[in-house]
Amino acid sequence: MTELEVNGQRRSVSAGPDTPLLYVLRNDLGLVGSRFGCGTGQCGACFVIVEGKALPSCDTPLWSVAGKKVTTVEGLAKGGELHPVQKALLAEQAAQCGYCISGIAVAAAAFLSSNKNPSEKEVRDALDRNLCRCGAHNRVVRAVLRAAKEMQA
Amino acid sequence: MKNPRIRFERDRTVWIASGKVELGQGINTALAQIAAEELDVAFERVRIVPPSTAHSPDEGYTSGSMSIQEGGKGIREACVQARAALLAHAAELLGAPVGELAVDDGTIKAKNGNSVTYWECAAEAGEVPPAAAGAKPSAPTKVVGKSAPRIDLPGKVAGKPAYVHDMALPGMLFARIVRPSRPFATLTSLPEGKPEGAILVRDGSFVGVLAEREELAIAAAAKLRAKAVWKETPVPEDFHGWLRDNVTQRSVLKEVKGAPPAGRSIKASYKKPFIAHASIGPSCAIARLKDGQLEVWTHSQGIFGLRHELSVVLGMKLEDIVVSHAEGAGCYGHNGADDVALDAALLARAANGRPVKLQWTREDEFAWEPYGPAMALDLEAQLDASGSIVSWKHELWSNGHTNRPGRSPKPSLIAARHLEKPFEFSPAIDPALPPEGAGRNAIPLYDFPDLQVVKHYVRETPRRASSLRALGAYGNVFAIESFMNELAAAAGTDPVEFRLKHLKDPRGRAVLEALKPDWQSRVKKENQGHGIGFARYKNIGAYCAVLAEVEAGEVLRVKRLVVAADVGLAINPDGAANQLEGGAIQATSWTLKEEGRVGAVSWEDYPILRFSEVPAVEVRLVKSDAPSLGAGEAAQGPTAAAIANALHDALGVRVRDLPLTPERIVKAME
Repeated sequence: MTELEVNGQRRSVSAGPDTPLLYVLRNDLGLVGSRFGCGTGQCGACFVIVEGKALPSCDTPLWSVAGKKVTTVEGLAKGGELHPVQKALLAEQAAQCGYCISGIAVAAAAFLSSNKNPSEKEVRDALDRNLCRCGAHNRVVRAVLRAAKEMQA
Repeated sequence: MKNPRIRFERDRTVWIASGKVELGQGINTALAQIAAEELDVAFERVRIVPPSTAHSPDEGYTSGSMSIQEGGKGIREACVQARAALLAHAAELLGAPVGELAVDDGTIKAKNGNSVTYWECAAEAGEVPPAAAGAKPSAPTKVVGKSAPRIDLPGKVAGKPAYVHDMALPGMLFARIVRPSRPFATLTSLPEGKPEGAILVRDGSFVGVLAEREELAIAAAAKLRAKAVWKETPVPEDFHGWLRDNVTQRSVLKEVKGAPPAGRSIKASYKKPFIAHASIGPSCAIARLKDGQLEVWTHSQGIFGLRHELSVVLGMKLEDIVVSHAEGAGCYGHNGADDVALDAALLARAANGRPVKLQWTREDEFAWEPYGPAMALDLEAQLDASGSIVSWKHELWSNGHTNRPGRSPKPSLIAARHLEKPFEFSPAIDPALPPEGAGRNAIPLYDFPDLQVVKHYVRETPRRASSLRALGAYGNVFAIESFMNELAAAAGTDPVEFRLKHLKDPRGRAVLEALKPDWQSRVKKENQGHGIGFARYKNIGAYCAVLAEVEAGEVLRVKRLVVAADVGLAINPDGAANQLEGGAIQATSWTLKEEGRVGAVSWEDYPILRFSEVPAVEVRLVKSDAPSLGAGEAAQGPTAAAIANALHDALGVRVRDLPLTPERIVKAME
């Protein structure tokens, strides 16, 4: 059994230690917001926050997060209220198919926790590990800048 | 009231059965707006039922930017009829003539103050209203034409289950398929023995695995794939030369005989590579075969066509198969959604009635999704002494642009040809005008006195080819609009004025005029350039003109795009803008980076535009009350040409071979 903390809750998982975290989240813990995109950490659709850093959960074996704190897109909301990044994504209607958007929300939330007042260029660079095929990039960037402002207010 | 498309529920919601599917384009939001408008209910009350062959109208494929036109029309008619039936019944209940009833958010009110709601009336209302009962008085729209927020985004942003990938059925098994990353004829050998922790399923050269846990299915498939031996089929190195050498059929799409051409002749040849849909989420489907009944959930664009083809391949009756749509990641045309459904159904035959979820890998997707076909194009024109085009010739070579299930007599699904008893492969066909496939937008919208447009259809294909967003329009408009700039330069005329000189269509002129302020105020700087491109999608769809601003350094960067479009009445202006902007950004990626080489298996092999590379995009919708036109495929061709023309403006070099990579730019400079 592997113990870890997911979205503030202690969880005990029986999956093999080499199982990528993504499948544990999706199939064992019912947290499907982390999406499968490539399985090799190249697209960002499955990003989760581990100890403050955004990581591809498809490329993160379960053993490596034993005893650690994992935050998924489902854990960004606090007290039933969406994270400022999620609210801003809705305000900007920053998606088309939305498949990449939960990974982007996670990456942006991790980024804003250490960069309170980023420039547009810094936001773009920070999201370069997240692929979007529908072309919602500029809306996403506007949303992240909006969220940064609101988090400062 | 029995209206198969509309259901009034106790919680005061209205459920609408759509024949069109959500592809990520926001169609459910726009259709809900149309329903709310016609029924006079609040937008928030409307729900769209996911389409299924079990209960939905067969509206064919969700493709060709026709969902607002076709799907919207069907819903509008159903709602108008339902509203009339409800009003007729309410008139009896309230003892007031229909003409004196008013509807506010589903509550029907008489002048005497009495009222009744749709939800109270629905069960008793007649099926067909008396003629002309309750025809809706024309009034300013309340919901249509406004930017309603997308109904599906709150769930997606919060990470809720939203896609077929997220569905979990009781007792579900996880599956992977085992296919090589290159085209093949047959499986030569497979490792002996039972894979660890998984069930091996094999039918001829079709191989897959089933497991209780997803990671076990992944591991078993990876092991089998590493040791399997396949008899590969050859792939030509030079696709474009190969196309020219393998023509199946030549057809003249349009011919106008003008005065014998006199003047300067100019020629140019252009190329467009195979392009992947490259959706972020690889294809996924769930299938369950129990008691002779097959249920399939997938993100297909055409559930009825797919059901037909499943029945042929599996030897089952249509009535024993239900195909339901469940959303996938962004769909930009005919992707792997249908193939993965057959794969899942084949695997479900070995699952003893348990549901099977098959997730294609990223490798499967890049190797087996149908790509938008490569095209070769030759253009030739004559300029007279006054710098006008007096003759125009456009020839193109291409595979067919549609290989959708149900459109050919033989099955087109991948696994069908790999079975023990294989089906003959059905190559992509090419639809006729309009809207054409390879020839889409090959006929220029400009007015030329002498014109010939010729298509060379190539039936055989070295790799799977089918519909990708805009179909032939991307390559044709890239060539036409690049060539227009070459001709304008030869004529010594400003490229915008040169286009206007040859274009009578007032709506086409209007979108070009909308770019004029930016065009005329452009500032020329070293290594920077501006270019424009224009087309009316399918020559019957939305009008779009694009201005691109580029900077040519080590790589070509697109800094800004201005997209001017006339989509008729925009049901949801922000949704239309989002589609145009997304289309322009995706086309920028195609134009700068994308080339579908056989053997690509990852994002490293097939890079797409990233956040730091995406240009600023400004969308300008030309105000219009004309009938609504789809917006999702209008910008691709004009964007490609605008970028190529801007590159020429920046460096003085004409690159006619997509994508506009540093290697090609350097080669063109030599």
